[in-house]
Amino acid sequence: MSRFRKDGGRELPEISTASLPDIIFMLLFFFMATTSMKEVTYMVSIRVPEATELTKLEKKSLVRYVYVGQPRQDLIAKYGSETRLQLDDAFADVSQLEEYVTQERGTITGDDPNQMVISIKADRDTKMGIITDIKQALRRAYALKINYSASERGKSY
Amino acid sequence: MAKRKVPGINASSMADISFLLLIFFLVTTSMNVNSGLSRRLPPPLPPGQKQPDVEVNRRNVLVILINSQNQILAGNNVVAIQELKQTVKDFITNPTNDPTLPVITPVKFPEIGVVNVAKDHVISLQNDRGTDYQAYIEVQNELVAAYNELRDELALNKFGAHYNACTQQQQDIISDVYPMKISEAEPKNYGGQ
Repeated sequence: MSRFRKDGGRELPEISTASLPDIIFMLLFFFMATTSMKEVTYMVSIRVPEATELTKLEKKSLVRYVYVGQPRQDLIAKYGSETRLQLDDAFADVSQLEEYVTQERGTITGDDPNQMVISIKADRDTKMGIITDIKQALRRAYALKINYSASERGKSY
Repeated sequence: MAKRKVPGINASSMADISFLLLIFFLVTTSMNVNSGLSRRLPPPLPPGQKQPDVEVNRRNVLVILINSQNQILAGNNVVAIQELKQTVKDFITNPTNDPTLPVITPVKFPEIGVVNVAKDHVISLQNDRGTDYQAYIEVQNELVAAYNELRDELALNKFGAHYNACTQQQQDIISDVYPMKISEAEPKNYGGQ
């Protein structure tokens, strides 16, 4: 009587995975577009100060970074523990900053080089002396738009 | 000439390849957006020229000093970081028309009407070489917070929306009422190393 089949009968059709690559590629492009590559390898250890009134840096292509802090733990033996400046991947001196800015200004294409922003990423325990020197050097180099890098209060990482 | 049929390329490994790429990008990129406090530096002085003595009314200037012990002097009083915002807000608005605070003049703005503003106020921020960066950023932060709160209050009052929710045009008007005037003075050395 019963028309219920007990032993399966019709087999489930296999799910096509042909569109899987497309989906993954979409994800990949999403991540590529929204994230930024790690800028440099840090030679200095930086815990940026905390603040609440933050503005986001909008155009990544216009931003150049200046890192300030003590050399990393494993580099202290070699470079000492005095606060240092890092430009791109190497330690630098404040006197090299002007030249660096001029050189970087030349690499900005498609946008107005005068819109260049220098972001100062400095450790929170840095003394203002070196920051003041950097600011003076930036003024001389006419890089007047600056940004003090900071993280949201209570969300430090 | 028998035509050989081109065999179809097996694309089943495509998913694996793209997964690998995806994971590579996930690992090497950083999601966190860089944020911070934006400032504009004053243009450099021509070489050999001394800082010009600009004639400004003393009462229009709020000098904030941070010494090497990270203590804050605003005007003539030592203030704690928590009190600084209110001090700055009082300074910018001068609600009681105090003769020691900036001169306020009624100015007419489009859409808003007449507002009493301290047109010529300047906040001058000075620090010692021994000041901690964190303390300096905190003070900068409080200054921005004071301006942001004033703008927000005005926006709520006049347009019934928070400053960030206003249209660009409305925001422009409000930032004209409370323009951010923070001067980062020429470096000096203030006692105590």
